[in-house]
Amino acid sequence: MKKISAMASGILASITGAANAEWRGVDSTVIEKFAADAGRSASPLIPAADGDLLLFCFLVAGAAGGFVFGYYFKSVFPAKKERD
Amino acid sequence: MNTITRRAGFLAAAFFAASVLLAEPAHAMHISDGVLPPSWAAFWWALAIPFVVIGIKAYEKEKNGAKKPFIGLIGSAVFIISCMPVPVPVAGSCSHPCGTGLAALLIGPKLTVAISSVALVLQALFLAHGGITTMGANIFSMGVAGAFSGYFVFRAANKLGLGIFSSTFLAGLVSDWATYAVTSLELASGLGSGGSAPAMFGALLAAFAPTQIPLGIMEGFVTASAFKFITERRPDLSLTPVKETVSE
Repeated sequence: MKKISAMASGILASITGAANAEWRGVDSTVIEKFAADAGRSASPLIPAADGDLLLFCFLVAGAAGGFVFGYYFKSVFPAKKERD
Repeated sequence: MNTITRRAGFLAAAFFAASVLLAEPAHAMHISDGVLPPSWAAFWWALAIPFVVIGIKAYEKEKNGAKKPFIGLIGSAVFIISCMPVPVPVAGSCSHPCGTGLAALLIGPKLTVAISSVALVLQALFLAHGGITTMGANIFSMGVAGAFSGYFVFRAANKLGLGIFSSTFLAGLVSDWATYAVTSLELASGLGSGGSAPAMFGALLAAFAPTQIPLGIMEGFVTASAFKFITERRPDLSLTPVKETVSE
């Protein structure tokens, strides 16, 4: 348990230490950077949602994906009393 | 609730709270529309389509009715995992695991290509995650390369006599790294002009490495743990090579 606590503390400390970093995805730090150097840029065919709308879309997708996952999980791994 | 459970719960809550409070807006990690030239986007589509067709046919041939909910479960897991940005503190950036290595071990690489394609279509249409023209490239890197590399690494490790945990760990690790190696290849071939593609390929690998090396190790552990849980609870649902390994 002490090892787990130390590991978790280390992770938390490293996250806190890097809190000022922008936490950008590798799409912008790698893919779009190399594309820009080669004279190309991302141009989505479907306009990306503005502001918090994209956050809302991710929330809905997470909830829907979680529901589907849970639904099938219950079917594949039934509770012990249901198995008996 | 015993002390260990309470402490573990507290640590999990603290980690979750820190992640939420320190979070920045998420970005997509697949290749977006416009990044690859049209000819290269079409080329990767042409390579990916046969694998998708083979995957769909494999699903249609699946006779075991009990396995279909399991395929749905794995499909939703791949969708969730592959649109989940994970912060990597040592790199100061985010990227996502793929889940295709685990999926390939449990339902096979062909079916994994099919479910990855569904996940990528949904992400491109509704989450601005990936792209329509570049979907072939994304299917090939995540679905095809991720699934087949994980599957064959598992079989090779198994033949070499490694234990289940080590074999599945390696499968998850290599699957993640192979996905980003193929993404680098796709970008280098599309963006590199003349003889600069090999150098760009190396530069892309080096650029992905700080984020993907720790993330691949994490994916290896997640793959091994999830595989152990599933095969202990429902060994009947896994692939034949997996069952052989479990019974050894």
